Amino acid sequence: MSDKAKRILGSIPLHVVIIGLCILWLLPTFGLLITSLRPFQDINETGWWTAFLSRRDPEAADRPRFTLNNYVAALVGYRGRKTYAEACLGENPDPDCAGTGLMSPQGMGRAFINSLLVTIPATILPVLFAAFAAYAFSWLEFRGRQLLFAILVGLQVVPLQMTLIPIYRVYTKFGLNGTFLGVWLFHTGFGLPYAIYLLRNFIGSLPRDVFESAYLDGASPWTAFFRLALPLATPAIASLTIFQFLWVWNDLLVALVFLGGTTPVLTYQISNMVTSLGAGWHLLTAAAFISMVVPLIVFFSMQRFFVRGILAGSVKG
Amino acid sequence: MAEIHVESVRKTFGKVKAVWDVDLTVHDREFVVLLGPSGCGKTTLLRCIAGLEQVDQGRVFIGQRDVTDLPPRRRQIAMVFQNYAVFPHLTVFENVAFGLRMQHRPKDEIKKRVQSAAELLHIENLLDRYPSQLSGGQRQRVAVARAIAVDSLVLLMDEPLSNLDALLRLEMRAELKRLLREIEATTLYVTHDQVEALSLGDRIAVMRDGQILQYDTPLNVYDKPADLFIGGFIGNPPMNFLDGEVRTEDGRLIVRTGGGEIYPPPEASAVLSRLKEPSVLVGIRAENIETLSAPAEDALQATVLVVEPLGSHNLITMQLGPEQIKVNTDADFQAQPGQTIWLRLNTDKIRWIDKASGRALDYDVSPQS
Repeated sequence: MSDKAKRILGSIPLHVVIIGLCILWLLPTFGLLITSLRPFQDINETGWWTAFLSRRDPEAADRPRFTLNNYVAALVGYRGRKTYAEACLGENPDPDCAGTGLMSPQGMGRAFINSLLVTIPATILPVLFAAFAAYAFSWLEFRGRQLLFAILVGLQVVPLQMTLIPIYRVYTKFGLNGTFLGVWLFHTGFGLPYAIYLLRNFIGSLPRDVFESAYLDGASPWTAFFRLALPLATPAIASLTIFQFLWVWNDLLVALVFLGGTTPVLTYQISNMVTSLGAGWHLLTAAAFISMVVPLIVFFSMQRFFVRGILAGSVKG
Repeated sequence: MAEIHVESVRKTFGKVKAVWDVDLTVHDREFVVLLGPSGCGKTTLLRCIAGLEQVDQGRVFIGQRDVTDLPPRRRQIAMVFQNYAVFPHLTVFENVAFGLRMQHRPKDEIKKRVQSAAELLHIENLLDRYPSQLSGGQRQRVAVARAIAVDSLVLLMDEPLSNLDALLRLEMRAELKRLLREIEATTLYVTHDQVEALSLGDRIAVMRDGQILQYDTPLNVYDKPADLFIGGFIGNPPMNFLDGEVRTEDGRLIVRTGGGEIYPPPEASAVLSRLKEPSVLVGIRAENIETLSAPAEDALQATVLVVEPLGSHNLITMQLGPEQIKVNTDADFQAQPGQTIWLRLNTDKIRWIDKASGRALDYDVSPQS
């Protein structure tokens, strides 16, 4: 047997395992996607995999197999049994059309925008502050640097849940409950310890010579930060940004406590889609996919930064 | 360009005395090499001058200006690092231009200066590339170009060639010498490689344990090492040191060594006669020993142990009395191990070294600046 054939054969078990794992992970998501695109009568009657089979129920034959109605209903917050167009856009809207609309607090559209308003600052702020702090902890000399860093890292052991009530009380005093600012501050505070830890390890491992040579060339610590540390730490900053973004985007607890129903975010709204009796599947699946769009975009647009390699060639290598 | 002047500088790391009471002056446009084994404090001294380390004590002057308390960026210094320290995310052009941009020079001036620095280093066709696309030698050229592109008062180099392979190092060494002659920079150059130090420097400062032992021209450092350590550290092979016993016979001063007698020249005799103890170390370089095939009055008898032909010459290790000695001979000198040979030491070239202190007898103890 040739070497090449051996190599290909040898890698088969590996590929089988990887593909198997991918299917295992992707199958439920795929089912969710198919479900979200089916008419809700179908969803209630048959499993999602039957969408590709011939229909047994003659009554269902005149329904389309796939539809975007669930998405429309989820976005505007319509919870009736008809489609949103039939029920609400005609001459006489049904009574359950009340309070629906693209910007309605019941719908995913409004929640989507709220989520963006929460997540973008709550991602940028901690990452930016962490980058400043990481640079200072790595390359600026000041008293108590090690101790301060140890304390910051140690802060990670404080569980977020434990602080909800004290912070809620403080926020009440300052009128921050129910405001975006309150949520931003909360996420920034709890994101910082880990963010500083991660970035310090990365920025601290950049070659010392590079910074010293910049200082000698006339760079101030400020210039060295913006012209060297930031661009060289791009891979770490990118991965940190993704993690922080996903964490805030998917967070329910903090948003529920500090924003609640008046300014609902996506996670809050999704949990509201299902009634306590378990109805509203068609809305839930569509809403889940609406909330997944942004994380997917963020991930795929930044994933190339995960590949560390930008540092190749700074020092002997 | 300007003078570098260092006055009783001390720097300690915990209990380690990295630099201890060092005085050093590098004249304007002079090329001085700091030479010493690793851990001797030479890099620390350089970093103190650059301002990358704060001195514990003493002053640092660059061109009459006291820069001891200034941060590196205010000292007008350019430095080349051992690991090149080029910026990986910038092109070669931007790397070379970095210092100029920090000084907010006009665009066309930056372009002109980068171009001329690049031409001096022969990297003008690499300006658009990124460091990761360059070889080690090319990266080092970029680092040097960046250092000479700015108007710095002095140029500091920290073992710039030690990461290059042997052949490239030889080539860069000659090129650096040409370049630095051309730009007439005041240069302080750190190395642990004695060949580099001898070939490049106008003067060499030999350091050990945080202090400068000798500060002199390469020829003097080689021929007249100030002490035992320098004689053994510089030169390949290192200087031979033989035990000697000073005595006077018939009113004439002689030194018994290597199982025979040698007759020091008059000036040496004068110094030797003032010794309190009669013992002395006889330091002699391998090339200052003549080999004879027959006995002579002033020759010492030796037995050949090892013959190493090195092409240009032969290096022969011999047993001389109780000691071993290394001798350089012509490449066509024939010798067999076990053969008996007579050696005549060139007494003018002998370094007489005090056994107790390890310092050469005629040498002024304090290093000159």
